[in-house]
Amino acid sequence: MTITDVQSTAPNAQGYRAFTLGGFHFRRDEFFVHISWPTGKHVASIDAFLRALQRDVAWDFFYGTVNFDQVFGTVNHYGTVDMFAGRFNDAYRRAELDHTENFETPIIRETFKAILADWTNAAFDPFASPAETAKPFGNKDGDNIAAVTRRRISASRMVGVPSDEQIRTDESGFPVNRMFADVSQDEPEVHANPGFEGDVAAFNLFAYLSRSDVTWNPSVVSVCKDSLYCPTTEEYILPIVHGNDRVEWFLQLSDEIIWDVQDRDTGAPRAKVTMKAGDVAAMPADIRHQGYSPKRSMLLVWENGDPGLPERISKGLENVYPVEF
Amino acid sequence: MTSYVTQFGSLDSYEKGGIEIINDDPKHFVFSNIFEVANGARPYEKVAVAKNTKYVVEAVRTEGTSGWRTCAHDEFVTVLDGEVKVELVKLDTPAVPADKEGSVAVAGEPTGQAMGHLILRRGHQGLLPANSAYRFVAERPGVLIQQTIQGDDTIERWAEICLS
Repeated sequence: MTITDVQSTAPNAQGYRAFTLGGFHFRRDEFFVHISWPTGKHVASIDAFLRALQRDVAWDFFYGTVNFDQVFGTVNHYGTVDMFAGRFNDAYRRAELDHTENFETPIIRETFKAILADWTNAAFDPFASPAETAKPFGNKDGDNIAAVTRRRISASRMVGVPSDEQIRTDESGFPVNRMFADVSQDEPEVHANPGFEGDVAAFNLFAYLSRSDVTWNPSVVSVCKDSLYCPTTEEYILPIVHGNDRVEWFLQLSDEIIWDVQDRDTGAPRAKVTMKAGDVAAMPADIRHQGYSPKRSMLLVWENGDPGLPERISKGLENVYPVEF
Repeated sequence: MTSYVTQFGSLDSYEKGGIEIINDDPKHFVFSNIFEVANGARPYEKVAVAKNTKYVVEAVRTEGTSGWRTCAHDEFVTVLDGEVKVELVKLDTPAVPADKEGSVAVAGEPTGQAMGHLILRRGHQGLLPANSAYRFVAERPGVLIQQTIQGDDTIERWAEICLS
């Protein structure tokens, strides 16, 4: 799959190409994305759309459902991806206006990457806090390919282990974020006897997170078989509403996040979860959630990467709740 | 320029959040606080605070010297409060079968080559390599979390630690 397989038009009056994938059509103007499909159409802020699109692309469609908003999104089937409109919106479903198409992952991946590359202007970084980037509005003004194609960090054992992902430093281009200026940068003492340098290892996770240049972007720092520690730094609003296809856990490492929890399929509100430093909570496998972080905070997202989990849960072989008590 | 203060928790100072239920059961969120759990735990008890099928994250109160443990797979510890020394020994012979999951106690002193040690403070994450023996030494009470698989010494006390 290459970009030549992506269906797009010549630039419009604002300088942006339009894109088509299956029955879905995407175009942008100065302020909005316009999405249409055989049974309807949708308009959304280009700011919110690009932030959501950036996560969907970077996470390769993540675990389960990525709702861009209450209408549009994707469902990952790990090899193919559903693109939908209204599928998880009760009103659209009742009106039978919802629409879903399934695509091989490479074609939707390349189409989304092409949209993101073409519609992101030079001064806008969709991964950044809104307080740390320019606005995405207006006519086309260059591009920001480096920002939208960041490499996703994924340790194979643990950050800091020789030959694995390395810590962040000023020299490697990761200064301490303005909201984490008070976070200690001291490194652990590692005293490895000769021959054990590859196994005696440690790093400062909090310092590592304080130097993250992105928000709402879990990345793997340690791996215990399918158990993945995916910490992330959060500021403002999670740009997507994540629908779980498995249980996911949050361990709040610093500050505070408020989570709106809704029914995964209908969007009906179920709970509001406020997490402070040291709090732990599960996100069940039948919900969708969106977080609000008033100050940049550190969140340990803990995932179970077992590829068989979604099918076992859908067949009722695993509970949607992690613990019975 | 605004001066921001990052709020971390500790055994002595933490503030617990909560759940506002609209149409659900608070038990579904298995909500607890690591510092509260550690405050109610004995030193080096491994109390599960998160569980996903066989995988767990355990909260551990570090205080004094722990017994030796070993595990057939890698584990990881992250210190959330205090300071802890992690001593590591490469066992001459693995003490557990390769398919045994979770940590187990090592009887007596481990037999093997000293690998070295780590000194971890708040925010530091360390590797407990597979088939090593390890123990913790903490002069003052602290807290760590351990990324591992549910094993013989994992303690589950969900009804005691979770909101309901």
